[in-house]
Amino acid sequence: MTVNELLNHTSEWLKGAGPNSDIVISSRIRLARNIENKPFPHWANKKDSKDLLEEVAKVYKDINFLKSLTLLRLNEIDNLDKQFLIERHLMSHEHALDSEAKALLVDPEEVLSIMVNEEDHIRMQVMQSGFNLNGAFDIIDNIDNALSGKIKFAFNKEWGYLTACPTNTGTGMRGSVMLHLSGLVMMQQINRVLQAINKLGFTTRGLYGEGTKAYGNFFQISNQYTLGRNEQEIVDNINGVIQQVIEQEQLARQTIIKQHNLMLQDRVWRSLGILKNAFLITSQETIEHLSVVRLGIELGIIKNVGRNAVNELFILTQPAHLQKIENRKLTHAERDQKRADLIREKLTKN
Amino acid sequence: MLCDICHKIEATVHLTEIVDGQITELHLCEHCAKQKSMQMEQQFGLSDLLAGLVDFGKGVEEKEDLKQKCPNCKLTYREFKKIGRLGCSQCYTTFKRYLEPLLKSIHGANQHLGKMPLGCGLKVKSLSQVKEKNSLEDLKNKLQAAISKEEFEKAAVIRDQIKDLEKKHKAKDKK
Repeated sequence: MTVNELLNHTSEWLKGAGPNSDIVISSRIRLARNIENKPFPHWANKKDSKDLLEEVAKVYKDINFLKSLTLLRLNEIDNLDKQFLIERHLMSHEHALDSEAKALLVDPEEVLSIMVNEEDHIRMQVMQSGFNLNGAFDIIDNIDNALSGKIKFAFNKEWGYLTACPTNTGTGMRGSVMLHLSGLVMMQQINRVLQAINKLGFTTRGLYGEGTKAYGNFFQISNQYTLGRNEQEIVDNINGVIQQVIEQEQLARQTIIKQHNLMLQDRVWRSLGILKNAFLITSQETIEHLSVVRLGIELGIIKNVGRNAVNELFILTQPAHLQKIENRKLTHAERDQKRADLIREKLTKN
Repeated sequence: MLCDICHKIEATVHLTEIVDGQITELHLCEHCAKQKSMQMEQQFGLSDLLAGLVDFGKGVEEKEDLKQKCPNCKLTYREFKKIGRLGCSQCYTTFKRYLEPLLKSIHGANQHLGKMPLGCGLKVKSLSQVKEKNSLEDLKNKLQAAISKEEFEKAAVIRDQIKDLEKKHKAKDKK
């Protein structure tokens, strides 16, 4: 598999399937693991890092689960490919900053990806469509077990898995759920909800992780603490909070339909109108309008556009994706034009 | 949207700053964002935060403390305080007495209760077994949904499916 082959595939997180997929986009679990006594990536010299990468590169092929993964060495792919992988949520922005002795293992279904030599030696993540953290945990738990039979992970009984940053020590696990909370944003209830979540020991972030703004009303909620609770408790806690947020969002959507139907209809049809008729459009404007159109589809207002078409557009209209589709570098202005062309084509076909 | 600083490159990083209750938004290109983040780190970075936590509930360290060095990776305690990251897994033993209060203040806990590495030669569930378990969870969810919608006939069918699947699981476990 090559990076280009991913282009024709729908990312797991955008499949629009799975439980509560009208509100929950995707569920993700990430585990941080390190190899005993080897210096952590930020502290390792070039040779240490290269040796470690080669060790992982050798080991994964012996594990049945992981045989089908493709190893992408970051110093062998160009910046556009890296940006493309970030847009697909297969790796972090930080991982792309310096390519020396770094790699990404990715499976063709894009459910599993493993970053080698990011902040920790190994960072694996499993992504599932919809509200399904339990499913994601089941898969990653098995992959972790399989790897632990081949690699001696840094671990002690008192503090669990030892990570470069003490904020990940313990389970090394971060579970996060991405939600589309248009109703709560429209009803101006979102800050109240987010504040409550933060007080309970969870972190909320935008679409592309740490420090990003919540464009298109997408929010990621994840656990803050990794030590002192077991993995199932962490998953259960997140599930509990997410369940509440889903109920709040459902309530907000019902209120909008009942009390602000005219405003809702206006916003939904306007957004669809802009997307169907624009000849120049930025990625930010695209996400904002796609978000409203998505709400319109979920609430049954728009019937002739499929959820999948909208989900697909969220990713295809990102800068690196547009350039991969065109197979060349595009200027800022060219991108706005190509983006508008693509959206018109996809939305009128439906 | 072009970068707010250089006005040349498309902004890919979006920052929200709150200063004295005033919210300002900054849209930056990667290059300018890196510079900006360096400035911000100088002001107050993760390492300051962690360092602040290390000092919490403990007297000021002696100079000797700062010089203490991990025998495996040679990271000193001073360096750890500066970068906020440990050098290797042995650092956790070397700097144990500083890490104890730090971990406690980050996580509110000091004892790992999660899973352990299984070590070599262990049996791992196959992917199909995992999928089967997932389908059981899925059925249970569907059962709940059917009950809440008062579709009892449908619920009864699902209940039987769950029973069958659970029987199969038990039979397999016995083997």
